[in-house]
Amino acid sequence: MASGQQWVLVEMVQALYEAPAYHLVLEGILILWIIRLLFSKTYKLQERSDLTEKEKEDLIEEWQPEPLVPPMSKDHPSLNYDIVTGPPSHKIIVNGKECINFASFNFLGFLDNERVKQKALTSLRRYGVGTCGPRGFYGTFDVHLELEDRLAKFMKTEEAIIYSYGFATIASAIPAYSKRGDIVFVDEAACFSIQKGLQASRSFIKYFKHNDMEDLERLLKEQEIEDQRNPRKARVTRRFIIVEGLYINTADVCPLPDLVKLKYKYKVRIFLEESMSFGVLGEHGRGVTEHFGVNIDDIDLISANMENAVASIGGFCCGRSFVIDHQRLSGQGYCFSASLPPMLAAAAIEALNIMEEDPEIFTILREKCKHVHKALQESPGMKVVGEAYAPALHLQLERSSGSRDTDVRMLRSIVDYCLERQIALTLARYLDKEERFLPPPSIRVVVTIEQTEEEIEKATSCIKEAALAILK
Amino acid sequence: MTESSANKPGNGQVCHRVKNGVKPGRNGFIKNHHHYHHQQPMYCYPEDKVQHTACNGSSGLGLYSRPFIESFEETPMLVAVLTYMGYGILTIFGYLRDFLRDWKIERCHIAREREEQRDFVPLYQDFENFYTRNLYMRIRDSWNRPICSVPGAKVDLVERVSPDYNWTFDYTGKVVEGVINMGSYNYLGFAENTGYCADASAEVTMKYGVGVASTRQEMGNLDRHEEMEELVAKFLGVESAMAFGMGFATNSMNIPALAGKGCLILSDELNHASLVLGARLSGSTIRVFKHNNMQSLEKMLRDAIVHGQPRTHRPWKKILILVEGIYSMEGSIVRLPEVIALKKRYRAYLYLDEAHSIGALGPGGRGVVDYFGLDPRDVDVMMGTFTKSFGAAGGYIGGRKELMEYLRSHSHSAVYAASMSPPVVEQIIASMKCIMGEDGTTLGRDRVQQLAENTLYFRRRLTEMGFIIYGNNDSPVVPMMLYMPAKIGAFGREMLKRNIGVVVVGFPATPIIESRARFCISAAHTKDMLDTALSVISEVGDLLQVKYSRHKRLPSLD
Repeated sequence: MASGQQWVLVEMVQALYEAPAYHLVLEGILILWIIRLLFSKTYKLQERSDLTEKEKEDLIEEWQPEPLVPPMSKDHPSLNYDIVTGPPSHKIIVNGKECINFASFNFLGFLDNERVKQKALTSLRRYGVGTCGPRGFYGTFDVHLELEDRLAKFMKTEEAIIYSYGFATIASAIPAYSKRGDIVFVDEAACFSIQKGLQASRSFIKYFKHNDMEDLERLLKEQEIEDQRNPRKARVTRRFIIVEGLYINTADVCPLPDLVKLKYKYKVRIFLEESMSFGVLGEHGRGVTEHFGVNIDDIDLISANMENAVASIGGFCCGRSFVIDHQRLSGQGYCFSASLPPMLAAAAIEALNIMEEDPEIFTILREKCKHVHKALQESPGMKVVGEAYAPALHLQLERSSGSRDTDVRMLRSIVDYCLERQIALTLARYLDKEERFLPPPSIRVVVTIEQTEEEIEKATSCIKEAALAILK
Repeated sequence: MTESSANKPGNGQVCHRVKNGVKPGRNGFIKNHHHYHHQQPMYCYPEDKVQHTACNGSSGLGLYSRPFIESFEETPMLVAVLTYMGYGILTIFGYLRDFLRDWKIERCHIAREREEQRDFVPLYQDFENFYTRNLYMRIRDSWNRPICSVPGAKVDLVERVSPDYNWTFDYTGKVVEGVINMGSYNYLGFAENTGYCADASAEVTMKYGVGVASTRQEMGNLDRHEEMEELVAKFLGVESAMAFGMGFATNSMNIPALAGKGCLILSDELNHASLVLGARLSGSTIRVFKHNNMQSLEKMLRDAIVHGQPRTHRPWKKILILVEGIYSMEGSIVRLPEVIALKKRYRAYLYLDEAHSIGALGPGGRGVVDYFGLDPRDVDVMMGTFTKSFGAAGGYIGGRKELMEYLRSHSHSAVYAASMSPPVVEQIIASMKCIMGEDGTTLGRDRVQQLAENTLYFRRRLTEMGFIIYGNNDSPVVPMMLYMPAKIGAFGREMLKRNIGVVVVGFPATPIIESRARFCISAAHTKDMLDTALSVISEVGDLLQVKYSRHKRLPSLD
């Protein structure tokens, strides 16, 4: 081999001697040309247009941007808010009319609770209102640490982390774990903050039909086949199932035991959003895990806000330290935002105290929910959507008129009719264009433990009357 | 004369001020815009004259009504090399210790995955946490220090010790009292538990409770909210305003309502994470211009309009410029007059985030627009937070009526997030009235004045001591360069030992070699407190040798 190569080389040198001069010149030029091409600047598409300054100026003159926001019609249904005068508690003054509140998510009535208020006041007198900083920079108060500790104990998990805004909780938690290239299986009915979290994570998102475990398993199987084809990629692709405990958009509960089975079968982590079920479901209000008797350690992350049952502000995530601690440096809404005002944290602690002292309230709430659910069944032209024990039900039109606007207007007239008769209800609001799967229009009916038998009676009969008057 | 860009020649050349070591790249300005002359008031540093001649400019841009002095002294070469070496050594030791941990020679404190889930795809990539485990963990005690009092001028810290080199903390039950607070964003000193604001807030707590348990669009639109928004609009000098429960979310949830596909967002490279997230969520194309560099911004604007969208070459639907008033890590103030001139010339829209500047700048405390004496109507979207100067929580957006009506019906926050807590709202109303003088006192105005004085004094003294201080002379955010990773922790600890609480920041919040300490000046700081702090900073500065500045400034007489 070696001698053969040497021979070729010798031959090449010889050929060089023997070649005619024009040949060498031509080759020399070609070599130079190649070198030039190699080192010359690559031209950009943009620069090739070679616009003169004058032409550029003209283009700039010519360009007309769209207005910053599109014009709005004055009677846009979501433009004019209902005005609540005074506290938004059980008795509420809406647009100047005193009503019974069937609209605020104040399930346990803590909003108006003297003990909670008193604790908040004491805290205000000690710490002031604002925290003037994020958690990292002198924005961690002893109250925050106490609340995190208490939440972890209440939920029987290793660790909890609090956020200063309910919406930002799950929306920050998801992108802290799920990154580009990871795969997330999400229920179609997932709430807006989950959708925003997913968008921020830039992961692959696979939607399965609402509460349809077969559909989810189909997707998981598909993924399994995909993984077998590309095992190297599969080894680094994290997978998550994201579901809500009690869906805010449909008021039904996720089949958690089945999800846990799927979790171990397909090795997927479960993130559970419990804003509606925390402080509602379960014997002690621990949410959907307690409701189904699922071991809480089987759920990788639970997130909930403290704006519904707890009636304060903010949200929290809890789970094993291995999972939760990561958010302290990676949860954007945690790191980069001012911490929760201590008085709001103190109020949440007191709410937890009451929940622990008196688990009876959860039973009362459940009874009331069932009562309302049953009483609403015979509303003419309307259907009740949601589980019997869900505290925030949806009343939808039995038959849609075909146009969402008309439906919304009809439901709004029902709400107005009830407002006139001192029952405060509200439409469930959505951003029609932004929702991934827009739920049908509905009236929210919220049950709280403060509502008496008579009030529930009055409300349900009022709704029926309204439906009869408006829908017939 | 001054080293303000206002004095630089208006022909677009960047003057190379080797003498004062300012990075020219950070100080771009508009070319060819305004040529009218403007006499600048005299300023104080003795060697400014030298800088002025070095700049060889005499025509003012006329956009600035006051000297605009911003400096970013260049990193000394030796320091830069040593800093990189520091990180090199830390990384090598990191690998060594990871190796020891793997072989169970060193005890490992990291939380572990559950046994049942060991065969799952790992939740974290190993290298993701390398930095946390091996660099951050060494100096973790400099952050998240828990406090147990009002975050005012002085603060009480919960004492904590770590038995295992910062992996866990134990609370001793003792309190470190009276630490001078140079870390909280309490610019106007409204973090108070007594007085007018706290009383108003307390009353509302008892009347309304703390929560709302509904969204603005459903059943959470209280009369207090409406009142606050009217007041905010009046304070800002805009037609209408709207408030949201969290400053971070104000950006991240409203930018998507303003821009979308086919729109271009031009964002300053040092913009806050919330602006970046909002821009990303909007689905627009994002381009980043150099920090506060008007040439870079103008070039991008021109290119964008001339070339249109990439690939399709359709014209952009609209262009939105995102800037902040005061940059919280840099201490710089946005070159707003120039940004507005550019925005008008190229018909872009301007989104101004005044998280740190509202209340803290301007003779009336109305932020950066007030500071430059501009018309708030020239800014399309005025955004800011209530967390800092107002001692409350949340954020706002102000602007024209049409904009606000659109946001009221399309803001993610108004539809899906709980509305603001009534006592917090009351704190905002009360503190804002106080700043506006509507409470019948001059208390608010005095505080704004006090803050400006404190800022000038503190910055001047630090510069005289020979520290490298970044940012604008009028900015109450004062970053002081530490550079080396080991000095981050050391500075934080040494200061706390001497009863001063400071914020130290390093990578990834800053560029890797530009670790720094940050002081936030407050109107609540008395001259005594500032002097104590300054002498301690000087002492620790000598101890740690962080007086890096190479041009000595003569102390001026006070």
